[in-house]
Formats: sequence, C-alpha cells, structure tokens
Amino acid sequence: MVLEGKKRVWEDYQKEIANDHYFYVRSCIRQTFFPGSETTFLRIMKNDLGKDVFEDARHTTCTGIGYHTDIVPLETTMTVIARHFALMTEAGYVNIIPSCVTSFGLYTEVLETWKHFPEIEEKIREYLWKATKREFKIPENLVHTSDIIYKFRSQIKEKSKVSLINKRTGEPLKVVEHIGCHYSKMFPTSGVGGAEFPSVLTGMIESWGGSVIDYPERRHCCGFGFRQYLVMANRGYSVSNSKKKFESMRPFQPDFIVANCPGCSMFLDRWQYTIAELEGVTYDNRGMGIPVLTYEEMAGLVMGYSPWELGLQMHQVSVEQLLDKLGIKYDKEQKYRGAKGQKIGEPQKPQFLIV
Amino acid sequence: MSENKQHIIIIGGGPAGLEAASKLGSAGYRVTLFEKEEQTGGKLRTWYKLYPGFRLAEEVQDFLANEIKINVPEIFSNAEVVNIIPDNKYHTVVLADGRSFIADAVLIATGFELFKGEKKEEYGYRIYDNVITSADLEKKLRLGQPLTTANGQTPARIGLIHCVGSRDKKVGNVYCSRLCCITGVKQAIEIKHHLPKAEVFNFYMDMRMFGQNFEELYIEAQQKWGITFIRGRVSEVAENIDGSLQLKAEDTLSGRPIKMNFDLVVLLVGMVPADRTEAIGKSANLGFTSGSFLASADAQIKPNETNTPGIFVTGTCKEPLSVGETLSDARSAAVRIISWLREKREIN
Repeated sequence: MVLEGKKRVWEDYQKEIANDHYFYVRSCIRQTFFPGSETTFLRIMKNDLGKDVFEDARHTTCTGIGYHTDIVPLETTMTVIARHFALMTEAGYVNIIPSCVTSFGLYTEVLETWKHFPEIEEKIREYLWKATKREFKIPENLVHTSDIIYKFRSQIKEKSKVSLINKRTGEPLKVVEHIGCHYSKMFPTSGVGGAEFPSVLTGMIESWGGSVIDYPERRHCCGFGFRQYLVMANRGYSVSNSKKKFESMRPFQPDFIVANCPGCSMFLDRWQYTIAELEGVTYDNRGMGIPVLTYEEMAGLVMGYSPWELGLQMHQVSVEQLLDKLGIKYDKEQKYRGAKGQKIGEPQKPQFLIV
Repeated sequence: MSENKQHIIIIGGGPAGLEAASKLGSAGYRVTLFEKEEQTGGKLRTWYKLYPGFRLAEEVQDFLANEIKINVPEIFSNAEVVNIIPDNKYHTVVLADGRSFIADAVLIATGFELFKGEKKEEYGYRIYDNVITSADLEKKLRLGQPLTTANGQTPARIGLIHCVGSRDKKVGNVYCSRLCCITGVKQAIEIKHHLPKAEVFNFYMDMRMFGQNFEELYIEAQQKWGITFIRGRVSEVAENIDGSLQLKAEDTLSGRPIKMNFDLVVLLVGMVPADRTEAIGKSANLGFTSGSFLASADAQIKPNETNTPGIFVTGTCKEPLSVGETLSDARSAAVRIISWLREKREIN
C-alpha cells in the first residue's frame, strides 16, 4: 500500500467547509440509534470550539427513507428540503449542515438537479409558496457534519484528553472506517477524499493517533440498503452484506469501526449480534465483537467525555474492551443509569456475543 | 520557389513524424523536424515487442533511425513547439525557447500519451503495490526484469483489465483506443512465455481483433496458452492483507458477479492525445474530435488534411493507431503534402 498514492487522490477531492455559523439539521433516526451523538456534536462545536450552531425545532425529516423506498415522490422531497432551506434563510444563516449522510446526499442531489434544471427549482419554489408562503435562498455552503469534525480535527486534537492508542501496547489502534454510500458515492466531489479512498474519517483517525485498516471489502455497502432492511423478507441481504465486510476485515483484527452514516453505524453494530445468534460467530478473537462508534462518539471519547454520557451503553457490541484499550476509566454501575442517576433498565444478555 | 526549396516543418519525432520526414526528405524537400525529447522514436522506445508477430520494437526503431539519417539532416531535439501562427502563404512555428521558423507546410505528429491509470481510482494504481499498467509490464519485459510481485514472489495468477480509460464516460473518454485488446492478448501470451504455470485472465468488454492476424493470435492465446477471457468490466480492485488483490467484476456471459484473487493486475491503459496537442491545434485553428484528438478535414478522403490549408496531421495525434497503421498514415500524409505543395507552387 502506497500512502502517497492515496494522498494524491485526496488532493483532488478537497472541498470548501465553512468556518462558523451553521444551521444544523438533525437526523430523524440517529437520536434513536445513537442518542448521544448529535448532542456530542453540539457540545464539541459550542462548548469546546466556540462555534455558532443554530437549529430550529420546526425542522422535519428530509423524507430520505421515504424517497429511497419509492414512497415519497421526488417533488415532495424537494419541497420539504426547500422548506428546510427556508427555515435556514429565515434564521439568517447560509451554511447548512445535515447530521445524516442520507440527508446530505439528498440535499446535494436536489441542489445538483436545480443547477441543471432551473425550471424544476422554480416549480418547487412555487409549491413551497403555495403550501407555506415561505421563500428561500440556496445555501452557500452545504457539508455533512462529519466534514465539520474533519475540518476541526486538529483543534480537537489540541484539546483532547485521549489518543487512539492502545495504552497497553503503545501501538495505534487499528480502525475500520466506513463512509455511508450517500456521503460521496453519488457525488464523489462532494466528499472529502472522494468516493474510492475517502479521507473524511481517515483524517480524524490519523490526527487522533489511530491507524486505518484498508481491507478488501472496505468500499462495500454496510448492508443497510433501504429496500433491504425495510422489507422483512429482504433482511437476509442486509445481514449478508454486513457479514461480507466483517469476514473481510477479520484478518486485520480491528480494534473498532467508525462510520458517518446512521444506517452504517446501526447495522454494523446490530448485525454482529444477529450473526452471532444465527451462526455462533463473532469477528474478533474474544467473542465480544468489534465495537462500532459514530464519528461524534469517537470525537467525544478523544475529548475525554464520559462514555455513558456519549450513549455508548446503547450499543449492541460492548464498548468496554475499547475503553480499556484507550485507558478510559468508567463506572460499570453507571452504565445503565440515566442523567439523574435513575435505573434505565438493562438489555437481555445475548446467547453468544459476550457483553 | 523551386520544388526542392519548399520547406516542411514536422512537429514530433515519433514513428509518424520520422516516417513522414524521411519520405518527404527523400522526395527532395527541405524538412525540419522538432522533437521535444532528447531522442526521437516516441513511445516506440519504451515498448518491447509488437503484435501480432512479437517482433522487437527496437527493429522498427532502427529502421526509422536509418531512414531519417539518410533523408533528413535538420532534426532539433529538446525542441518543444508551443504554437503555430497560420498564414495564407507561410506558417510560423514557435518554439518554447522563443525561436520561430517559417514553412510552406506543417505536419503535426505530436502522438499520444497513455491514459493515467490512477484516474481509474477504483483500480488503485499507484496505491496498491501489485497493480501495474501495460506500459509498466512492457518496461519490465524490455529490461529483462523478472515478472514478480512487489515483494519478489512469482505470481501464480495474473489479471489483465481491458479498456482502462477507453469507452468510459466516467473518465470522459467515450472513444475506443483500439489497440489495448490486441496488446492484452500479446501481453497475456508474453506472460505465459515467462511464467508457463501462471493462470492468466483477461477481463474485456469486446475483443476488437481488427488487424491482420489479430483474431488468430486471440484464438492461439486461448487454445495454445490456456488464457481465460472473461467478458465483463471490472468494478474494483482492493488489496488483501498479504498484498494480493481482490478483483470484482461481472461475467456478462454467465450473468454472474465474480470475485477473484490475483497476485498481479495489469491495467491495459488507453491512448489520449499528447499534452501539447490541444494548444498547438488551437493556435492553428484546427478542429478536434470528441476525444480531443486533432480532427481530419474528412475521415475518408482527406485523412491528413485539416481545416487550415497547409497544416496536416498524421499518426496518433488524430486517432489511436498501431505502429503499422501509423507508418502507413505517415506515408499517406507525405504523399498528400507533396501534391499540395505542387498545387501551391503552380498557383504561385
């Protein structure tokens, strides 16, 4: 592997990322899947980096799941997104930052469509006006929130309390990075590093002391695939895609996986339980599975945040093995307690996956 | 102006430029040839053997060098042409160092470059150690280097990927480079010459065996050498933990996706116009093909003329051509320039 070759590719795929004043649009599923991630993003941005991030409670789903499963027509999706742009415009912002990779992909797709077909933009403006009496300006800067963390990776490093280094061995942790298909596979120039050798997560990992594993099925879909998991009869496809990736990464013995897409983080985590239950197989040497983090969770750990405040107890694969490697102290008793110390209940123990 | 005083400038000292120069020189014209490199010969100098007969490229190189030695005294090496200033009577050719030369006719023979394999990012050229191009393989063969993997092992399975940078909208090249198919067949056989036990696979879109004995060589590759040809475009190449390569493709004949491991992958890179061709062409108000090659005035009856009188084109600056085709095209250009200069002299 020639790293210089990758760096050459990365140089071709750099993009403008605004420095401050962001209109933040949340994901409709991430708060359920990984309840601490978006809060962590805001905490880092506002408290640690002193950035201005604004959000509007009237913001809704982008309809991405409905659109990609052919339930919501494109014109409706475009009008909903136009409404988000209107909320941004009304708030006086020009930089929009979706938390969800699918939203980011869809926003990008809509803006590209309008660029090539201005008559469609006009039609959508008319729909939005008729429905809501709102108007909007095209965002000056549209980036995914992982791009923002990537941009400020050095500042985060400066304020960090933890490095992605195995405390026992002193070696960099071996990390599998996985970008969501909608991050840059549709529009390679929209992603930092492009689609084939993306560097958005790699940049964070390497800045914070870890090393990246480039395994053969790195580019393969995580298995989320809207039609694959939404239709119960198709879920075997979803599991088999994830399994293909796990088998491919297993020889490299990764310490953890990090992803920037809601579905990828979710399924790479949950399907490890499913495969273990189905086949009695895990993809590490200890039967515990490979921990999966979102990039905000990874950043939060690096910043020294409490793993339970980050919501890591909500993961299927236990993160304690990773916390031990990082040398992060944690209170086992607090794992399943809420913000006020109340018990929030414990999940059932899996049959095979060791937790 | 007497016929033997008429002056022709040739831009480019590859096979096309050299062959046209020697033919025009032997016809008694004053010929000046500008070559941007230290040596003439073009890409031919970097190739080992030529299809379909496996003759040494060096032999053709020697043939051209001998011809030129006799017929063209005025060769400028390290002389990069930057533009042409066309005019009704004489054309001015300007070099990068500021010198300019006047000619009755100009023949552009700037040739081609190989498509940069790294532009097909999904194949990982210059990232994965065991992904090489057809030019890299040719260099190894020419220098007599052993065909090994990056860590010095003998490869047991080698894959050749056709149409890299050709017939590919994604990289902006919709045209066919024509010669990669037969190069793939030739190189696959050469690999078997060196590594008889190796398994060799070619991944192709169509096998375009248009030349004399090309089809026969393709059949020989399969029947005599046991080379496997799989119809299907390769979607990606990735590196395994041991440095071997995982290749994904679709076998479009069986209708199945396939995933195979290889020790070495060779990208059969296509042809693109040489870097300076565009600037030179624009300066002379020439047309371009959709692939940015220089356009002929008429593909059938004026293959070497352009839409600017007195400026001619030959060789691979106008389309992908084999060495044999290039030499024929250069002779055709020489004949047309001679007749055009005669017409010009008669008018004057």
